[in-house]
This record gives sequence, structure tokens and C-alpha cells, in this order.
Amino acid sequence: MKTILPFILLLSALTCSVMTSAAPIETFKFESPETEKIFHKLSEELRCLVCQNQNIAESNADLAKDLRLEIYTMLSQGKTEEEIVDFMVQRYGDYVLYRPPLKPMTWLLWFGPAIVFAFGLIFVVRFMKSQSSRAQLTSLSDEEIERINNLHAEQDRK
Amino acid sequence: MQNKQSTVLRRFMPLIVFAALVIFLAIGLTLNPRLVPSPLIDKPAPEFELPLLYGEGKFTNKDLIGHVTLVNVWASWCFACRQEHEGVKYLSRNGVRIIGFNYKDEPQNAKAWLTKLGNPYQTVVADNDGRVGIDWGVYGAPETFLIDQNGIIRHKVIGPLTSVDQLDDLIEASQKENFDGLLKALKSLKQQLVE
Repeated sequence: MKTILPFILLLSALTCSVMTSAAPIETFKFESPETEKIFHKLSEELRCLVCQNQNIAESNADLAKDLRLEIYTMLSQGKTEEEIVDFMVQRYGDYVLYRPPLKPMTWLLWFGPAIVFAFGLIFVVRFMKSQSSRAQLTSLSDEEIERINNLHAEQDRK
Repeated sequence: MQNKQSTVLRRFMPLIVFAALVIFLAIGLTLNPRLVPSPLIDKPAPEFELPLLYGEGKFTNKDLIGHVTLVNVWASWCFACRQEHEGVKYLSRNGVRIIGFNYKDEPQNAKAWLTKLGNPYQTVVADNDGRVGIDWGVYGAPETFLIDQNGIIRHKVIGPLTSVDQLDDLIEASQKENFDGLLKALKSLKQQLVE
């Protein structure tokens, strides 16, 4: 066990170093911590169109690099967060946004799950009600009772 | 009878819901997530000014006005550009005005590529750092923009224009806009591809 321990430590140290170097890092200098915060927020909320399941902060694609530089340049020019998002949407469409805007075309996207859930709830409630009422309604007609009696009588005769 | 019908319906309800789900998912699977619709359609081509790959001078968005034009975004590092190149050459031979948009490329590589494979472009503009590409919403090569005589973008092809689906969409767009010359060349290209 003692001999394994250093290996484990080494392995964990290696994986840590791999993990930290996975995200692409450029050295941007920001005028204030606020702009740096906006920069990170934007690059995490905008989708990279080349590797579509990554945001532009994580992506190593050339385009993501260019877009990070673009965001940085716009921030240094004093552009606001909103202006930068508009800039991206004008060029690449709503698709660049990880959080799509609320508009008639996206209503189904935003409210769909709630609607499906409501339908499910209505179904469950109605199903449960019908189950309990069916249990109460289970009574036999006179004809059926007579048939049962006849069957019993037949059994007794044997 | 009414009662019987409703119980049959109730029994098959889960199956109906499941079938609807399957149909929607099947449609979703056949869509290509790489085809992101461009917000620039039916808008004027973005303002730009780029140097030419060959010779001195500049090319601006104003130079697009007056002719129906295809702007073909390509690069020497782009494999799919090589795939569509014969098709682009075919259109050029059939009288289509095609402007080459050399995207994020080294001028010497771009020139070598055109020398080797042939140059179908009336003009080639060089966007070496890809900055103008961002304004055009370019996110990969090849891409092809259809621009009308007023400089308005009418259609965008993402990926090789020689793939049949993409070509059909381009044909449909040129038909809608009555670009007769282009339409004829595109239909003839499709004929060639099918054979």
C-alpha cells in the first residue's frame, strides 16, 4: 500500500494539471474587475458555432478565439453587455445564445415543459378519480346474482 | 356503443402519444444541427472593404451591386472546399459571377491552391484575420451567399454547394428571385451531379 501511494498522488497531480490546461487561456488585460466579469459572463453565455456544445470560453476553435478577442475589443471600447450580445445575434442569430430570448417563436420552448406537466397532472388526477369511482360502482345486477345463486345450487347438488 | 369507442380510444391513447413523440424525434434526428439559419437573409450585405488576393486595390460591399453574385467563402485549409470546387468551376464556366472570399488563410497558400485546382473567381478578396467573416456570420468554410443585383443577401449555403440538398435549396431561392441565368446554370450543375 505504501508503495502505491506516491503513484496515486502523482496521478491525481497529473489529472489536475490536465484539467486546468483544458480551458484555452489568453492573457487579456482588463481596465476594471467589472469588465473582466462581463467578459467571462459573455464568453460563457455565447455558443461557439463550430463546436456547438461548447461556449466560446471553453472552445478551442479558431472562431471562438476570434470572438473572444472581439468581445474584449468591444469591452475596451466601452461597449455594454447588451450591445455585444446584439452584435453577436445580428450576425449569428439567436442560436448563439445559450438562453434563448422569450418571443412568440420560443413560447413552446419556454412553456412547453410546464404545459406537458399540467396535462400529465390532469391525467393522473382524472385517472385516480375514475379508479375510486369504479370501485364504488362495482355492484351486480339482479340477473347476475340469480346466476350466481344458480351456480351455487348446482355445486351443492353435486 | 359510444362507451365502447371511448374505451378503445383510451386504451390506445398511450400508443398514440408515443407515436407522436417518435415522429417528432424522428424529424429532429433528420435535421442537421450544423445548419444554423442566417439572420442576414433579406438584409443588405454587411459593409466591408477588403484587399484583393491578386493585385492592388480594394473590394467593398458596393462592388456587389449591379449583378447577381455568389460569394463563395473558402480557404486552402478547408477540405470540403476542395470537394465543391469542381462545382464552383462549373458554375463559373456557365456564366455565374462568383466572388471568392478567402477566409482566414495565408495568401501564398491560397494562391498555390488556386493555381493547382483552377480559379473560378472573378475576384478574390482576402480576409486573412477573419474579421470581416464575423460580420458576415461565417462560422466555417465553405459557405456561399447568394446576393441580388441590389446587394441584398437572398440565400446562404452552409457546406459544399454541390451536396444535393444544398443545391436544391439554392435552386429554389434563385427561382423565387427569378435569377434566370443562375437558375439555368444551377439546374445544369445538378444534372451533371446526378449523372
